[in-house]
Amino acid sequence: MNVHDKYKPLTWWEKTYLPAIISGVLLTFGHFRRNMVNHIKKAIGMKPKVSGAVTFQYPEVRRPFWPRLRTLHRLVRREDGSPRCVGCMMCETVCPAHCIYIVAEERPENQIEKQPRIFDIDLGKCIFCGYCVEACPEDAIRMDTGIVEISAYTRNDMMIRRDQLLSLEPKKEYYTERPDLEGKPVL
Amino acid sequence: MPTITIDGKELTVEKGKTIIQAADEAGIDIPRYCYHPGLSIVGQCRICLVEVEKMPKLQVACYTPVMDGMVVHTQSERARKGRKDVLEFLLVNHPIDCPVCDQAGECFLQDYYMKFGLYDSKMLEDKNKKSKAVPIGKHIVLDSERCILCTRCIRFCDEVSKTNELGIFHRGDHAELLPYPGKTVDNPYSVNVVDICPVGALTEKDFRFRTRVWYLDETNSVCTGCSTGCNIEVHTNKKREYKNEGRRVTRLKPRFNKDVNEYWICDEGRYSFTYVDAADRLGVVMKRVKGELQESTWAEVMPEVLTALQSAKENNKRIAVLGSPKMTNEDLFALKKFASQTLGVSQMPVTVLPKEKPFSDDFLIREDKNPNTKGAGYLGYDTDHKATRKLLDDCASGGVELLIIFHHDLEAGFETELVKSALSGAKTVVFVGSNANTTSARATYILPSCTYVEKEGTFTNFAGRVQKINRAIEPLGDSLPEWTIIRNLSRKIGKALAYFEAEDVFKDLTKNTAAFSGMSYSAIGDGGLVAEENGKLKQGDAKAAAQKTETATA
Ligand code: SF4
Ligand code: SF4
Ligand code: SF4
Ligand code: SF4
Repeated sequence: MNVHDKYKPLTWWEKTYLPAIISGVLLTFGHFRRNMVNHIKKAIGMKPKVSGAVTFQYPEVRRPFWPRLRTLHRLVRREDGSPRCVGCMMCETVCPAHCIYIVAEERPENQIEKQPRIFDIDLGKCIFCGYCVEACPEDAIRMDTGIVEISAYTRNDMMIRRDQLLSLEPKKEYYTERPDLEGKPVL
Repeated sequence: MPTITIDGKELTVEKGKTIIQAADEAGIDIPRYCYHPGLSIVGQCRICLVEVEKMPKLQVACYTPVMDGMVVHTQSERARKGRKDVLEFLLVNHPIDCPVCDQAGECFLQDYYMKFGLYDSKMLEDKNKKSKAVPIGKHIVLDSERCILCTRCIRFCDEVSKTNELGIFHRGDHAELLPYPGKTVDNPYSVNVVDICPVGALTEKDFRFRTRVWYLDETNSVCTGCSTGCNIEVHTNKKREYKNEGRRVTRLKPRFNKDVNEYWICDEGRYSFTYVDAADRLGVVMKRVKGELQESTWAEVMPEVLTALQSAKENNKRIAVLGSPKMTNEDLFALKKFASQTLGVSQMPVTVLPKEKPFSDDFLIREDKNPNTKGAGYLGYDTDHKATRKLLDDCASGGVELLIIFHHDLEAGFETELVKSALSGAKTVVFVGSNANTTSARATYILPSCTYVEKEGTFTNFAGRVQKINRAIEPLGDSLPEWTIIRNLSRKIGKALAYFEAEDVFKDLTKNTAAFSGMSYSAIGDGGLVAEENGKLKQGDAKAAAQKTETATA
């Protein structure tokens, strides 16, 4: 099937492009009016409930994240601060971008035995699919840090290491509440 | 012979065989933990339950002898239910450590659970705790919680290695596999218990946490630890090299060959691959400049070696060659051909016996620690240690202008004084080998060669069985297979050898050497063929060889 088949052919009225142009102009004008009214109200001391502009004033104001948005990974810690990860390499195996690098070592405490000595994620390659989170049998890796600003000057610096991953915290305040998820943990 | 029916398939089986053996021959898979074809039968684990018509209860396939007219169902509802129940019972106290268990991926418990388990646990009680990660030998770690008490390891120590180290202690759900007090599992074949343990109760210290088994590639090969030539699989991790930490071979596992090693290999052989990436491994061409060995290139050194060869030849000076039984048949043949045709060398020794007699036994471990002494003999080399001594004496007395040595560490077999004077007696010493030693340190040129996991070829074991090795990893640095080095030399001097791959050398070899006549790589296959000195393949083998060649060409 041709991908274009799912589009209906344009009617002659649509072919004039007038409806599209008009709706675009209306939208722009609507935003212009709203910004203008809000700013004037603000200027003369009438505090508007809504913010001055329609856009978010990033980075001072953050757009709330949808609860299931996948942001930068973190490794969960046990109570004693050691990694919950047991180095089973499930995430490494499932990762479609092959961007997780794990080297395991013996864990001093006997009942758990194994932990990662190296746990690197190459964020330059990661496609933020979240499969690693799904695959983990220990719930040791999560993608809820709320960090989306990921950049570096070199490719090497795009590599995030075990200890950095362990030091990250979940950022619940960046995510919106969802009434339909009330009481359930927000991952 | 009794005729039985398994899953509707009619089979004629030798009397005295059990159902599981009959099924194995017919290619019908019956699950098993305790049954191992190389060990005695105990009927311990009960996972192999099958339904036999006219018998009221389910029967264990491993212990029930076949009888004429028996009708067996391995996949019937009752048989599957029986296995499922046994599996559930085995998992009652199992820790399900799969994320940290090295066996995961090659674990029979996992496999059978996925095949016909898949139930939720009904257990409310806490699981029994037992000892974990206990070293019970130099190479082995025991995890009692994971053990399903199949006694395979116990029977191995009783029947194969005959060292009787292991037993089961306590009773009921406290029963635990342990070494007898004061004993450790340190026999020369100890790590085989890790291979036969169907679960992750016994794991290898060296392999522990190194990688996961599903990352490994397998290449069929032959152990070079001694002249038995046990069949092995070389496991390498090429996809995720960062885990290797400079070691490209992850582990060796025995490969079944009923005529050589059956299911086993010795520990010495299992860890004999370490030289492949050892610190002394030679990866660059070297030459001596002002008394010091310096790194160089093939392009620079080959012409110099050729000039040295040429001038020795032209001035009618003697050239001597010391081959090595660590080389493949192909290497040895190419060398022999080149040396006799072009260099005029007829007598070539290969053997350097170590000063102390190495350990050997009457099972697999042989005194001759070289994989191909027999092959060298077939190819016309002098395998007498005395011939090597004579060659060194000649060098020491100044009779030799140019000496080419393959692999040997001469000091391992001769007095340092003799070696020193022999190596300084020859004007040029060319060392071809994979690892540095005291001999290479005194050479004029060092030409790096591949190890057995980096090249193709064949070895002839002590009994004359010709077996194939395959390339598992890329050659290190500049290193080349020995036959390639010889071929490259022959292109510039004398008659060029027209070989492009190891198989070309082997074809030439089979044409010119009686012992190998009629063989080909496809006929050798994975099991090997026995060469006979009179040039005849053993009768059975000849038939098999012809058949194999036929199917390979078809
Ligand atoms: S999010 Fe996807 S691509 Fe990124 S590390 Fe996890 S599995 Fe790999
Ligand atoms: S899947 Fe989870 S436990 Fe396993 S290595 Fe990845 S993070 Fe660690
Ligand atoms: S023995 Fe098998 S089932 Fe048990 S923990 Fe190891 S891999 Fe898992
Ligand atoms: S350690 Fe392994 S081979 Fe030995 S009895 Fe237990 S499960 Fe069987």
